[in-house]
Amino acid sequence: MATSLEINGRTVQVEAAPDTPLLWVLRDEVGLTGPKFGCGIGQCGACTVLADGTPVRSCSLPVSALSGMKITTIEGLGGAHPLQAAWVKLDVPQCGYCQSGQIMSAAALLASNPRPSDAEIDAAMEGNICRCGAYQRIHAAIHEAAQATAQATPKSRA
Amino acid sequence: MNSHVDQAAARSGATRRDLVVGTALVSGALLVGCSPADLMSAGAKTEVGAFGPFIRIAADGAVTVVSKHIEFGQGNHAGLAAIVAEELDADWSRVSVEQAPANAKLYANTQIGVQGTGGSSAISNSWMQLRKAGAAARAMFTGAAAAAWKVPEAEITVKDGLVSHAASGKTAGFGDLIQGAAAIKPPAEPRLKSPEAFTLIGTDRVRRKDSLAKSTGQARYTQDVHLEGMLTAVVAHAPRFGAKVSGFDAAEARKVAGVVDVIQIPTGVAVVAKSTWAAIQGRNVLKVTWDESKAEGRGSAELEAQYAGWAAGKGTLPDKLKWESFENRGDAAAAGDGEVFEATFDFPFLAHASMEPMNCVAQVGGKGGTKLTVASQSPTVDQINTARIVGALPGSIQIETLFAGGSFGRRANFQSDYVAECVHIAKKVGKGTPVKLVWTREDDMAAGYFRPLTHHRVKVRLDKDGFPAAWTHRVVTQSLMKGSPLAPKGMDTSTVEGAMGSPYLKVTPAVDCQVLMPEVGVPVLWWRSVGATHTAFVMEHTVDHLAKKAGKDPVAYRLALFEKAGAARHIAVLKLAAEKAGWDKPAPAGVTRGVAVHECFGSVVAQIAEVRLVDGNPKVGRVVTAIDCGTAISPDQIAAQMEGGTCFGLSAALHDEMIIKAGAVDRKNFDAYPVLRHSEAPKVETYIVASANPPSGVGEPGVPVIAPAVANAVLAATGTGAFRLPMIRA
Repeated sequence: MATSLEINGRTVQVEAAPDTPLLWVLRDEVGLTGPKFGCGIGQCGACTVLADGTPVRSCSLPVSALSGMKITTIEGLGGAHPLQAAWVKLDVPQCGYCQSGQIMSAAALLASNPRPSDAEIDAAMEGNICRCGAYQRIHAAIHEAAQATAQATPKSRA
Repeated sequence: MNSHVDQAAARSGATRRDLVVGTALVSGALLVGCSPADLMSAGAKTEVGAFGPFIRIAADGAVTVVSKHIEFGQGNHAGLAAIVAEELDADWSRVSVEQAPANAKLYANTQIGVQGTGGSSAISNSWMQLRKAGAAARAMFTGAAAAAWKVPEAEITVKDGLVSHAASGKTAGFGDLIQGAAAIKPPAEPRLKSPEAFTLIGTDRVRRKDSLAKSTGQARYTQDVHLEGMLTAVVAHAPRFGAKVSGFDAAEARKVAGVVDVIQIPTGVAVVAKSTWAAIQGRNVLKVTWDESKAEGRGSAELEAQYAGWAAGKGTLPDKLKWESFENRGDAAAAGDGEVFEATFDFPFLAHASMEPMNCVAQVGGKGGTKLTVASQSPTVDQINTARIVGALPGSIQIETLFAGGSFGRRANFQSDYVAECVHIAKKVGKGTPVKLVWTREDDMAAGYFRPLTHHRVKVRLDKDGFPAAWTHRVVTQSLMKGSPLAPKGMDTSTVEGAMGSPYLKVTPAVDCQVLMPEVGVPVLWWRSVGATHTAFVMEHTVDHLAKKAGKDPVAYRLALFEKAGAARHIAVLKLAAEKAGWDKPAPAGVTRGVAVHECFGSVVAQIAEVRLVDGNPKVGRVVTAIDCGTAISPDQIAAQMEGGTCFGLSAALHDEMIIKAGAVDRKNFDAYPVLRHSEAPKVETYIVASANPPSGVGEPGVPVIAPAVANAVLAATGTGAFRLPMIRA
């Protein structure tokens, strides 16, 4: 039974069984390997993608639950997103394995809160583990991206 | 080996140990029936161009540096490329990095003797090798320009990839001169730059080359490998260490759509499927029975009690188990007038818990021979272990090394555990079919290879001036080497490095330090910073207790001891950290400070941590770090390693604890095994001591100092300190 998803702006008919977690559909069937497998129980955040703009742990969500939703993976950010520019500018990644998930959580945060405080960043990012300990630079890069976005946005719309 | 590397090796007990390991690996290869020549024969298939095994230059002048070391976060690819670019005078923006294939002949770690990354040695062992490679290539271009332009070679300059002759006004890029340069014989001993002439090394221009790929989901890890016709395998492993398969029923597993085969291998039963989820589901319904007659039955609590008893001189030791002395002089047991500090310290098993669980892709039985596509931390070891299984020469095993999603030591072990498991499966599948072994987080956590559970018992008597007069020290921990075919003939010093050789012991007139290394059926392994993960805590926390008994300031007390020991580098980092932290000024309200200093992997790190107690638990704010790592190649990446190392060490200080119950792992995922998260990350400031010494390690030295610094801040706040890690127990 096929499930229809919109992934990074493209409609995709998925053949996997309905109980298959979205992560394995994305990785094994659709070929999007940006979202990573880390824990399989929604505890580490490496698999984070956006579902209709909300960050979700794709390792723990059956694909059937997402039918018709708009899914955005790290590949869907395009590479020039302010967060990605800030990540590169500050050399945030170390091993890099968790960073797709970190960036997707941060993207959802900035979409709803364009100038988050440190405490708000902590709250939004607490579900994303980085064993290399790049936390300090992730915080700095989120602030950097927020500032860059604010400067690029006309005041009346800010 | 050049004198600089010798100096770096001489400063580091770890590199000495690694030299022994390297030799032992070669003898290990001999045991499986291949000569050192066979082992080194991997060179046959590797193409080496005119500029040698480390440098490729394209027709457009772009430079590719071939890294013999894996990149799993340490930033070594940036540093290695910068060394080449500096001596080559390349345009840094047009330098990229590529991972070397497995080839021990071309790409051996000069401190280990075989190809591998470890002991924080990537930069230090490559330093002279890559400087020479870069300088030789530069000489080939100046020679080619001199011939083409008919001008004296001495008048030619190179800057940012542009070769120039000022008097004639001629200029050319590397690409323009490449044919002439490639025809010139590289000088065996090219002239190297004087460090004052460095324009790239030591600057903030030395930045990572992989940040964009890692911020866009494009960086390729083993987990991301997808090859035509590839199958995925998930393995049912024994619940208890040392158990074996006694039987299995695959009927239900075979009914799962996508499952192709169910195969018994030495470490368990593999479910092979067309997709990862099918393999996982197949394993969920697989029935395996286990023979536990030879399984480990003890758990963390029993081991801890047993170790504490032995350290206290109680109970009888098993046959053949003996205390081994690592420092001994004078009569440490003699009575004296000074105050006595006596304490025990307990450290749990620790999982590496890298973000990417262990995995491997193997192809066996195809026309091209055996091939691994995997983040291989020690390609030579993986070649030897693979060769043993498939019945080939190690040098014939091809390995394409990818990025690793962390390792912290886990991807390098003598058994190549997960690699061997994948090769066994791929061999049974055969025909060169690519097989990807995927370990779930639970597999990764339950497989062991932990930092060993460790107990220390310390008794120090002070002299009339408050300095240590007698130091008695007992350590009980599993050997990291014993039981492997590569066990050292002498003592395995990796278990006590950091206590052994401590400047505090050096200045103590009477010392009696011994270690006991019992056999336990839990596989153990180096864990980022190895022995220092516990020795640094014990030495540095003990010293703060001694300073307190002596009524002295912890920084001043250490400086006095370092003076006596002639530990100039310790003094320099401590003074720098104290100055930057404002140690002589009061801490902010509600904050106490703790200090610690430790040398490992050739580098010395001092940290001062600002700590608040929140509900009785330490919350770390600012951490001022000073490091002497010799010549600093990338100040930015050194800072990154101090930031990350501090988080890694703080995670172990506050949370990490693997519990084993009756020979089985009790914590298998991040819900039960808490690690440091965003809200607990400290703000780390890094200051680098200027040094003309050759570069030493930065990947590990940032880890061990934070735990004692935090414990010392807690001691300052509460007067009691900490004698067990983690400080917050789940």
